Amino acid sequence: MITGGVEDEEKWLSAGIAGLQQNAFYMNRALDSNNLKEALKYSAQMLSELRTSRLSPHKYYELYMRAFDELRKLEIFFKLETSRGFSIVELYELVQHAGNILPRLYLLCTVGSVYIKSKEAPAKDVLKDLVEMCRGIQHPLRGLFLRSYLSQVSRDKLPDIGSEYEGDADTVMDAVEFVLQNFTEMNKLWVRMQHQGPTREKEKREKERSELRDLVGKNLHVLSQIEGVDLEMYKEIVLPRVLEQVVNCKDELAQFYLMDCIIQVFPDEYHLQTLETLLNACPQLQSSVDVKTVLARLMERLSNYAASGAEVLPEFFQVEAFTKLNNAIGKVIEAQDNMPIAGVVTLYASLLKFTLQVHTDRLDYVDQILGACVHKLSGKGKLDDSKATKQIVALLSAPFEKYKDIDTALKLSNYPRVMEYLNDGTKKEMANVIVQNIMKNKTCISTAEKVDALFELIKGLIRDSDEDLHDELDEEDFQEEQNSVSRLIQMLHSDDPEEMLKIIHTVRKHILNGGQKRLPYTVPPLIFSSLKLVRRLQGQDESVSGEDVSTTPKKIFQIVTQTIEALSSIPVPELALGLYLQCAEAANDCDLEPVAYEFFTQAYILYEEEITDSKAQVTSIHLIIGTLQRMHIFGVENRDALTHKATGYSAKLLKKPDQCRAVYACSHLFWLDEHESMRDGERVLLCLKRALRIANAVQQMASATRGSSGSVVLFIEILNKYLYFYEKGVSQITVESIQGLIELIRNEMQGDNVPSDAAADGFLASMLRYIQFQKDKGGALGEKYELITI
Amino acid sequence: MNYIIGAFKPACHISVTFSDGKSRKQVPLKKENGQTVMVPLFQSQENISGKISVEPVSGKKVEHNGIKVELLGQIEMYFDRGNFYDFTSLVRELDVPGEIYERKTFPFEFSTVEMPYETYSGVNVRLRYVLKVTISRGYAGSIVEYQDFVVQNYSPPPQINNSIKMEVGIEDCLHIEFEYNKSKYHLKDVIIGKIYFLLVRIKIKNMDLEIRRRESTGSGPNTHVETETLAKFELMDGAPVRGESIPIRLFLSPYELTPTYRNINNKFSVKYYLNLVLVDEEDRRYFKQQEITMYRLGDTS
Repeated sequence: MITGGVEDEEKWLSAGIAGLQQNAFYMNRALDSNNLKEALKYSAQMLSELRTSRLSPHKYYELYMRAFDELRKLEIFFKLETSRGFSIVELYELVQHAGNILPRLYLLCTVGSVYIKSKEAPAKDVLKDLVEMCRGIQHPLRGLFLRSYLSQVSRDKLPDIGSEYEGDADTVMDAVEFVLQNFTEMNKLWVRMQHQGPTREKEKREKERSELRDLVGKNLHVLSQIEGVDLEMYKEIVLPRVLEQVVNCKDELAQFYLMDCIIQVFPDEYHLQTLETLLNACPQLQSSVDVKTVLARLMERLSNYAASGAEVLPEFFQVEAFTKLNNAIGKVIEAQDNMPIAGVVTLYASLLKFTLQVHTDRLDYVDQILGACVHKLSGKGKLDDSKATKQIVALLSAPFEKYKDIDTALKLSNYPRVMEYLNDGTKKEMANVIVQNIMKNKTCISTAEKVDALFELIKGLIRDSDEDLHDELDEEDFQEEQNSVSRLIQMLHSDDPEEMLKIIHTVRKHILNGGQKRLPYTVPPLIFSSLKLVRRLQGQDESVSGEDVSTTPKKIFQIVTQTIEALSSIPVPELALGLYLQCAEAANDCDLEPVAYEFFTQAYILYEEEITDSKAQVTSIHLIIGTLQRMHIFGVENRDALTHKATGYSAKLLKKPDQCRAVYACSHLFWLDEHESMRDGERVLLCLKRALRIANAVQQMASATRGSSGSVVLFIEILNKYLYFYEKGVSQITVESIQGLIELIRNEMQGDNVPSDAAADGFLASMLRYIQFQKDKGGALGEKYELITI
Repeated sequence: MNYIIGAFKPACHISVTFSDGKSRKQVPLKKENGQTVMVPLFQSQENISGKISVEPVSGKKVEHNGIKVELLGQIEMYFDRGNFYDFTSLVRELDVPGEIYERKTFPFEFSTVEMPYETYSGVNVRLRYVLKVTISRGYAGSIVEYQDFVVQNYSPPPQINNSIKMEVGIEDCLHIEFEYNKSKYHLKDVIIGKIYFLLVRIKIKNMDLEIRRRESTGSGPNTHVETETLAKFELMDGAPVRGESIPIRLFLSPYELTPTYRNINNKFSVKYYLNLVLVDEEDRRYFKQQEITMYRLGDTS
């Protein structure tokens, strides 16, 4: 074979077309003059152009199509001839006198078509003869086109059920037999193509071959269109024969294409009923064949079929589709040793999708699939293959998409085992997917067992990986992840307190392994969720005595304490302090004085030992004061101890203004509106006076260091407190002291060196306005305010 | 034209008509000068009868020493052209010496003539049948007229007609098994068969079936053999693989074949062969030749 460039090919093609057209011209002239002999001669010459070996399939096709058009005219002529009385049998012989086989067979097929139409002989005999005679063309390309021509001209003449060619002698069986044989031969030719020609052009040849595949596949299409091919026949004859050919051809390209073809052209219910046969062929295919895609497509089709309506589902159950598919996949994987792991996973993923579609209620199937997958993955270590990983993610995500409910996945024992094989990054990704799913669907996970399983699944998020990853994790991403974990923790809820406690236990167990970086994110939600439980307990069962209930607030507090202690290992004292205080408040609500006291103690210790930053101290002390103010269970002693400490801390703050503010805040510790027992006007006044002293000191320090007196804002703030307590009726706060303070402030503000401070001015003004307002309003409060003169 | 030629021509016109000339089948016969004429067809043991009319030209009298008609079966070798070997020679006297003044008609009959050989025109040899009318004249030379006719003999279908089946090959290169459905074919027969490829290690381009005619003339050291390919019929296009079986269906009617002639009068033989030729991509030819016997089947129509 001469191999030339595309240019040469163009040249040959145009030469071929020219030759063809010339002979076609003479042929048409002969047709017009009813000259059979000449017509045959020129048609044969015309068809001789198809004998070329120089054209690629693409170009050859172009030539073929032209010849095809001309042959239609010839066919009409043949029909006319026979209607004029020329014996079709004789004509059938006559065209066989052509010396060259290719033109001869094209002519034979053309006459054959007329022959069948004439019904002078049973269609099956003619068809059989034609398909048999075509064996003479062993050249793949020419043979394929010839047989394709045969297929084309015979398509409407098959003795199908209901067709006019069906008769006593002709049955649909003959039609099937004919198509099958043509298919077999075409496939053989097609497969053979790859071995012809020099090795270096193999790639090009494979490409060309692939262009021709539809010629072969067409036969399957024809088969699928034959009415008479019912399930029975498909099962008994068509499929086994086709598969036999597919398996035996031992060709990768062909096997893949044809399997796919079978799956696509025949109806779903046929596949379902012949699943076993079809699947049995799969392990027999060449190991290089992409069986996974084939199977995946099959399963996809079946899934769609299943989705088409509930009425088809019984069919699936009846044929045990799942078991069969599962077995087949197992076998295929076994047969194809070198199948990449990605392929294996893809297969299982498709099977899983299928199962989810068809056997919605069979979780055990899903688990089985995952189990099989684990089995395959075992011994391979972690996966690095990105493709495989992607597939696993798909596999693992499938159940969620279907059930929209993490619950289901948690029941699958093999689920976490599959996850084991993911690398850490992906595991994390997967965990994210899971968490997101929970969030999205607002799934409530309500048993400890499930929680355990869940945390096992999202290990990637709550724990550092075994091997330390050195790649710099994006801080933002990390936060994002941890935030979602915290949200997740909030979603865990059980109405049964006991179960809830168990959940808390479980979560705790998991998050405590999370490492220092994670604890600040994970502990708080746990604590809050615990406290939530505490509150619930407190709310619901005053009546139930604590003896027979294992879940008591006390117990929970113990856990909580331990949990917060975990934070001590990481320097996040402010957080811990906050949490302690929260707990103390909860304990307060439960009337557990010792517990509350203990929490406070812990908070104080933290304050003393850990919180050194002055700013943090300020924040903390305000927190402490705020919390302490609301505590009402403490006995006098405890309360004294705690308030004393708090005031002490306040006075020891570094910056004077901070001191001042803390101190006047402390005044609230001694006056609780709701509790008579905790009203100590003396000490309130003491605090305020002390605050005033400090404010004075601030003023002096300011004038000493900067030559200007500092802002009066502190005084104004203190005045505010005075007014507050005055209003509350603290007898120690007198009108005079308020009056004096106002004077003082006014004096200060009129001083020369006072920098103007809009905020302070505003504050004062609004306070004065308030007083005026109360005065105007009158009433008891108004009378009190009436005493103050501005 | 007759007038011009007439000057050199004998003074009479002889024509031969066969008694069943109207109904008898006529077949084409190629004459020496290349022209094809239609002549009657006979077979062995038939009666050949008819009339011969002698018509003197324009009232002249023809004086003769007797008129006879001969039926001759002749073999002519081309290396010895013009020299006929008569294997059959029958004579009928038509007239005693005398004079003919006007058109005179003589009936003749050769009954149940033995004509064992068929008319044949080959490369190196010709076999013909002819009626030769001779008007013997003493001085002016004899007037002779020839009338060709064709003889074809029919055979019944052979009692035994085995198929030809054979496995041939070149070791480790090509093994095929071929089968022709018969060993004896009539002229309008069709050869059915198949070729089965047992082993193919060469790249075959195509495969033809040829019909070859082998004409041998002379005998002994002077034997001259001439082989003609009468038909070249492509059976297969492209390279088959092991296990392929290629059908053969060759209609013989389009080809000008004759029956097989074996040792015709010790002068010549005509034999037919089927030659299966495989051509590989380097245009090397691999072939196997098998003799087939051709016979002429009686026209049933």
